[in-house]
Amino acid sequence: MHKTYLQEEIIRMSGVNPSKCMRCGKCSASCPAYDEMEYHPHQFVNMVESGDIEPLLKSESLYKCLSCFACIERCPRGVEPAKLVEAVRLTAIRKQGANHMTANDVPALLDDEMPQQAIVSAFRKYSK
Amino acid sequence: MQRVGVFVCWCGSNIAGTVDVQAVSEALKNEPGVVFSTNYQYMCSQAGQNMIIDAVKEHNLTGIVVCSCSPRMHEATFRKTAAAAGLNPYMVEIANIREQCSWVHKDMMTGTEKAIILGKAAVAKVNLNTPLTPGESPVTKRALVIGGGIAGIQTALDIADAGFEVDIVEKKPTIGGKMAQLDKTFPTLDCAACILTPKMVDVAQNEKIRIFSYSEVTDVKGFVGNFDVTIKKNARFVKEDICTGCGACVEKCPMKKVPNEFNLGMDNRSAIYIPFAQAVPKVATIDPNACNMLKNGKCGLCAKVCAAGAIDYTQKDEYIEEKYGAIVVATGFNPISMEKFDEFAYNQSKDVITSLEFERLTNAAGPTAGKLLRPSDHEHPHTIVFVQCVGSRCDSCAEKGKEYCSKICCMYTAKHAMLTRDKYPDTEVYVFYIDVRTPGKNFDEFYRRAVEEYGVKYVKGMVGKVTPEGKKLKVQASDLIANKQLHIDADLVVLAAAIEPDQTARPLATMLTASMDTNDFFTEAHPKLRPVESPTAGVFLSGACQGPKDIPETVSQAGAAASKVIGLLAKDKLTGNPCVASSNELMCNGCSSCERVCPYGAITYVDKEFRMPDRTTKVRRVASVNPAVCQGCGCCTVACPSGAMDLRGFANNQIMAEVDAICK
Repeated sequence: MHKTYLQEEIIRMSGVNPSKCMRCGKCSASCPAYDEMEYHPHQFVNMVESGDIEPLLKSESLYKCLSCFACIERCPRGVEPAKLVEAVRLTAIRKQGANHMTANDVPALLDDEMPQQAIVSAFRKYSK
Repeated sequence: MQRVGVFVCWCGSNIAGTVDVQAVSEALKNEPGVVFSTNYQYMCSQAGQNMIIDAVKEHNLTGIVVCSCSPRMHEATFRKTAAAAGLNPYMVEIANIREQCSWVHKDMMTGTEKAIILGKAAVAKVNLNTPLTPGESPVTKRALVIGGGIAGIQTALDIADAGFEVDIVEKKPTIGGKMAQLDKTFPTLDCAACILTPKMVDVAQNEKIRIFSYSEVTDVKGFVGNFDVTIKKNARFVKEDICTGCGACVEKCPMKKVPNEFNLGMDNRSAIYIPFAQAVPKVATIDPNACNMLKNGKCGLCAKVCAAGAIDYTQKDEYIEEKYGAIVVATGFNPISMEKFDEFAYNQSKDVITSLEFERLTNAAGPTAGKLLRPSDHEHPHTIVFVQCVGSRCDSCAEKGKEYCSKICCMYTAKHAMLTRDKYPDTEVYVFYIDVRTPGKNFDEFYRRAVEEYGVKYVKGMVGKVTPEGKKLKVQASDLIANKQLHIDADLVVLAAAIEPDQTARPLATMLTASMDTNDFFTEAHPKLRPVESPTAGVFLSGACQGPKDIPETVSQAGAAASKVIGLLAKDKLTGNPCVASSNELMCNGCSSCERVCPYGAITYVDKEFRMPDRTTKVRRVASVNPAVCQGCGCCTVACPSGAMDLRGFANNQIMAEVDAICK
């Protein structure tokens, strides 16, 4: 099947081969942010594989992923869904032409209850 | 000089469609030695073969070249044709102009050119062919079966039924294998013991079968028809021929806290034990790692209570040497370790169990006498979650798990779920599946019954995490059809662990020089047409050692392996392959290179007396090939630095002549 430019970009950026997925759903079973997400990890893999990327670019799900990497850790096929989410996220950020936040803006937004991992993840998400 | 006849086959349009067969037969007419050349539609047909026979007689041919399909297909046919025409069958050469020519080229010009070149090479080779006669070796009419599970039992019974003696070597104290640990068997739900134990008794009572239990194979020498095998009988500290299996010792043994491997460590046994009531042989065995008498000389109770006087604390391991004509490998499988699968909390909670443990939990002879109780608190579980494909179908680079489908899990999980709902209607049973794979007679009907009649909840999705919390197991899973994440408070989680070959398989394969795949399953000689034979002559495969299998498949394969063994043992003599290596003793410098590379152990070194030019004699060490063991692989001819090793039928000068013909 012919791949779109966008699809190839995301596959190349993430280093993920979505056709390795065997549709077991262990990624979505492991995801702690599942209920927050419009598109769930297994849908990300499936939609990138079929080239249906526009809805992902517009979805809030991109920013709900905690980057905890549980899906990467548990995927029996080594597909690494979180890397796909990150690649789509980067595409969205780059597309709009500018960073929305610099690393310096982050500390002011922190509160005590925020988990350490979310902060690390936020730096990764927004400081590109 | 040979008188060579060339026969070019059209193979219908298979060859003639891409190769100008007329041009090939014309071109080869001018090759040295060729006195006759023709082409025909189907050389392998009776008419084609008669054409060869007639030509041999008419033109006094001494060599034949057939330009046709791969020699794997019809070399044997044309050798027989040659023999029928009065020629030595090894005066035939095949030029493969189908697989190597017409099937791989699209262009008629290229195809024809290559066909002519391959034909020339075959003519050049046949000019140097010499008549060969295969050697013969005797057959020891006895078989060895390694492994005493259902595969080994069935193979042994079938071989014995044909009148040949069979020995079974089993590493555990009893035969029966994994099937003895099962409760019910799919898809008919008959009790495993009810159908297995009569076969075990048959083995015990059969005069042709000997059981070496608590024993292992430690060395294999020899070759097809003539194997020399060393069997180590581990000391069980009980005289097998005297013990009556009364069990008085087991009852009186004060050391009762040894994890019982038959129940997968879910209860305890004594230091002296009989694995289960129907064990064969029904003889006690002392576990030397647990017995106080053996460890520090303090106890001796079992010897006191044994009325037969069968206890012998001084027993030593015994080595027995036996001769066999054929060896059947039936080493079976084990579930993989769940240690690495942290997400399922197998190490954290006793209530996360494997499917084999579930079998024991529901078996009347198991640790709970057949009542389904949670291992942690012995309470009745209400919500049970089954997880399929744990460690199966994983990526090849994954650190844990296996790449293949374990094949039996879909069916046994359906069985467990169905039986649970049948016996305990108050339970809620979930099965998380990726795909339900039920190819087999009455298999899919069985799985559908579990869903439709017994109300088992099959969920398309996977469990991501199990967290023990109080008395419950919090199961987080995905339901891909509903596109939801599920959170279930379960009482019991059952993992369908992948299966892998037994750990003894690899060292055994080394002893037998039998090949294995990357997963340590034994490789068959041909995946479709020779599924029960190892590529190593005289070694046969039975059961799950060759790949994941259920009981019906194992039993059919066991019977197939037995029939192959019977076919071998029924022969008085075996005709060998004459295309074997031989060493030119005058050129051999005794360096041992060939001995080291020989994968079959066919080469030994002998000291031989040679007359020197000055009439003195000198003893030199030279290579000697056992033609019955040599498989003609040619490793030694390549390794030999002095060019003393040569392969009959594929001699160095023949290969060089082929190369010259191609490059000319």
